[in-house]
Amino acid sequence: MNLTLKIWRQKNSKDKGKMETYPVKDISPDMSFLEMMDVLNNQLIESGQDPVAFDHDCREGICGMCSMFINGEAHGPGRGITTCQLHMRSFKDGDTIYIEPWRAAAFPVIKDLVVDRSSFDRVIQAGGYVSVNTSGNTQDANAIPVPKEDADKAFDAATCIGCGACVATCKNSSAMLFVSAKISQLALLPQGKVEAKQRALNMVKQMDEEGFGNCSNTGACEVECPKGISLENIARMNREYLKASTS
Amino acid sequence: MSKLDSKVPEGPLKDKWTNYKDHINLVNPANKRLIDVIVVGTGLAGGSAAASLAELGYNVKAFCFQDSPRRAHSIAAQGGINAAKNYQGDGDSTYRLFYDTVKGGDYRSREANVYRLAEVSANIIDQCVAQGVPFAREYGGLLDNRSFGGVLVSRTFYAKGQTGQQLLLGAYSALSRQIARGKVTMYNRHEMLELVIVDGKARGIIARNLVTGEIERHSAHAVVLCTGGYGNVFFLSTNAMGSNVTAAWKAHKQGAFFANPCYTQIHPTCIPVSGDYQSKLTLMSESLRNDGRIWVPKKIEDVKAIREGKLKPKDIKEEDRDYYLERRYPSFGNLVPRDVASRAAKERCDAGFGVNKTGEAVFLDFSSAIERYGKTEANIQGIENPSKEKIIELGKKVVEAKYGNLFQMYEKITDDNPYETPMKIYPAVHYTMGGLWVDYNLMTTIPGCYACGEANFSDHGANRLGASALMQGLADGYFVLPYTIGDYLSKDIRTGKIPTNSPEFDAAEAKVKEQLSKLIDNNGTKSVDYFHKRLGKIMWDKCGMARNEKGLNEALVEIAQLREEFWKDVKVPGKMNEFNPELEKAGRVADFLELGELFAKDALHRNESCGGHFREEYQTEEGEAKRDDVNFAYAAAWEYKGKPGDAVLHKEELKFENIELKQRSYK
Repeated sequence: MNLTLKIWRQKNSKDKGKMETYPVKDISPDMSFLEMMDVLNNQLIESGQDPVAFDHDCREGICGMCSMFINGEAHGPGRGITTCQLHMRSFKDGDTIYIEPWRAAAFPVIKDLVVDRSSFDRVIQAGGYVSVNTSGNTQDANAIPVPKEDADKAFDAATCIGCGACVATCKNSSAMLFVSAKISQLALLPQGKVEAKQRALNMVKQMDEEGFGNCSNTGACEVECPKGISLENIARMNREYLKASTS
Repeated sequence: MSKLDSKVPEGPLKDKWTNYKDHINLVNPANKRLIDVIVVGTGLAGGSAAASLAELGYNVKAFCFQDSPRRAHSIAAQGGINAAKNYQGDGDSTYRLFYDTVKGGDYRSREANVYRLAEVSANIIDQCVAQGVPFAREYGGLLDNRSFGGVLVSRTFYAKGQTGQQLLLGAYSALSRQIARGKVTMYNRHEMLELVIVDGKARGIIARNLVTGEIERHSAHAVVLCTGGYGNVFFLSTNAMGSNVTAAWKAHKQGAFFANPCYTQIHPTCIPVSGDYQSKLTLMSESLRNDGRIWVPKKIEDVKAIREGKLKPKDIKEEDRDYYLERRYPSFGNLVPRDVASRAAKERCDAGFGVNKTGEAVFLDFSSAIERYGKTEANIQGIENPSKEKIIELGKKVVEAKYGNLFQMYEKITDDNPYETPMKIYPAVHYTMGGLWVDYNLMTTIPGCYACGEANFSDHGANRLGASALMQGLADGYFVLPYTIGDYLSKDIRTGKIPTNSPEFDAAEAKVKEQLSKLIDNNGTKSVDYFHKRLGKIMWDKCGMARNEKGLNEALVEIAQLREEFWKDVKVPGKMNEFNPELEKAGRVADFLELGELFAKDALHRNESCGGHFREEYQTEEGEAKRDDVNFAYAAAWEYKGKPGDAVLHKEELKFENIELKQRSYK
């Protein structure tokens, strides 16, 4: 198939940036979206132009590195997938495809489609952990039974890959889905409950300092999340936060 | 004395590690504050090492090329992590895990290291649960286990098909805690491009800031390389696009011996290649072999009809299917180790029974499992005389709960629904058992330079068992290195900060800049990928699942020629001092082009078949790998001598005092 790509080009964080148009030919429907981008880049390199910078690594939907806003949607059309899992069979011959970076104040553009998501790391550093050292002398793993339902819910929250699609999708650039996933995971497990209050307060504080917006409950983040992280987690985070701030 | 001193402690196997820990030198807490350690890579090994060293009180500088330490490729490990907990009461023990790992590795690993690994495995699970890793649990609230290839017990802990992700996020959270405390300085989007040696000791690295392109000097009292494997030398592998050998290779060129480079694991269950544009291959977890049955049609006319789309796999009658693993290996069946399963798939496809257009695929079928689980579930729910549809409906739910995300991943890529039709799979390059040679302390042949996780060669011999990579990465980082490195650093408490303005740093930086400018100013005509793909093809065709003398000799010549061509004709756009992913790739491929040659040389010298190394000349009448314990029961450690092809072999003889060497049999 032959396609027209409209891609955001921006030299560096200070450059204003603009959309550029690139035609690509003979794209196989079995290619992944990033393989299509590889074809474009090889074309650009061989004709002496600057290839399009984009983040990617595992190309199997788990590292959370890839981050394209395709035709107005984080990770493009299709649900429950990252950009690297999107295949060209989702498009038609002759389509025009718009490709942009995540756009949020807390995710400044580094180049073209590459953004800086270190704000996410700083939110985790504010409390997204259980404070245990690696002594090898913790108690036996089966010493505290955890109800399967809680363990499963904690797991579902823990599957967040930290890609930032929720932020890119939200009209307020809120990071609540991301932050609540970690707060929920740890609050649901006995090992994490000990520090639950302080964790909720610290992580929310850091989230606000990074310049993420607030949640206005539109639920768009949940729809676009490649891992299906539930909005329920935001409710749980609010509860944890409220509990922590009133006691 | 030989240069290769494994430093294995004296005493009975089961007491070695305890005795060792009782007698090493320690660094007192006040002095730890005076010592800096560099950790390169933030996967399971690097993340856990950096966090643990910081907890102990050392000043850690950690580096990763990704935009966050949470993205290292350990995250993609699916199936699980082994530990000798014996929660299932099925007879597991430290000795059995040790035995299975040595046997699984085809008797080419070091006994003492493997025993230690088995010994600390149980602590890993305790540690991870304490960190809040949400492992799968049973209804009673206790941890669940599954079974993996090459063993007869259930000792694998898991978190659906995302075990690596959950463990890595556990290590990442421990690391984040230390970053917040200021004990770890984290350098994201940085790549190590040279190791700096001062007075014979590893004292720092040269790194490139991938955002600004700036070349930076970082000094420390020790350098720990946790930089993963080199499977991407094959271009197509299950590794992440950025996974590379550069850090390990630079250390090798500075004097670290590289051991057993030819031991590569070709994983049996990956999604087959679909076209020339393919950039990577996707693994389907080995755990699927618990319930999936592997087969091809018995009749060649059925194969033809399937390829042409005239018949569907479901149309092939039970008696016309060849469940070749169950046929050849009745006692382990579909759960034979990876090397055995991969070669068996290749054997069938080479014989013309491959079931896709390219002839390189076999079926992995879940229909029996769906039916079996459906029946059990109907009993549990008290449904009498359930209809076939009801059984299948219930069975699909059970299979979904176990493997849902893997089935979904498969469907996204192939557009086929594995609940309805069997998956198509084929072997792909997955893991490299070879790596930097390390002694019992995990130190390379360069004093002060350590290697952990997949980057070292130590624990898996010639073949790694499923769910053992995660175990080794975390064992090295959480429980082994923090002890062993202390013994070395105890001599450095009076050294003081290592200056970065020494001639050694000057020289290392100059060398890095020279290579980068050479790449940028090359003005060639072909992209980096063009060369990488050609290297991959040579490696796959001539150094792949089965090798022979003729092919390996050709590979040696072809790789050297390709390297020459690369340096003449590669084209790298952009500049050095800016964000430039093509420049990063170029440096990595340049190193793969050197490693590939050493790989072929190693495979050529090893005149036997063992584990993941299969030489066609050395096989039994039944086509199984034929070891030569008289001549090759050693680890081959190569010393760099100016060119990859001129490397000099050093042998570490492997002594088996606690296990009898046997022909490995899974029949």
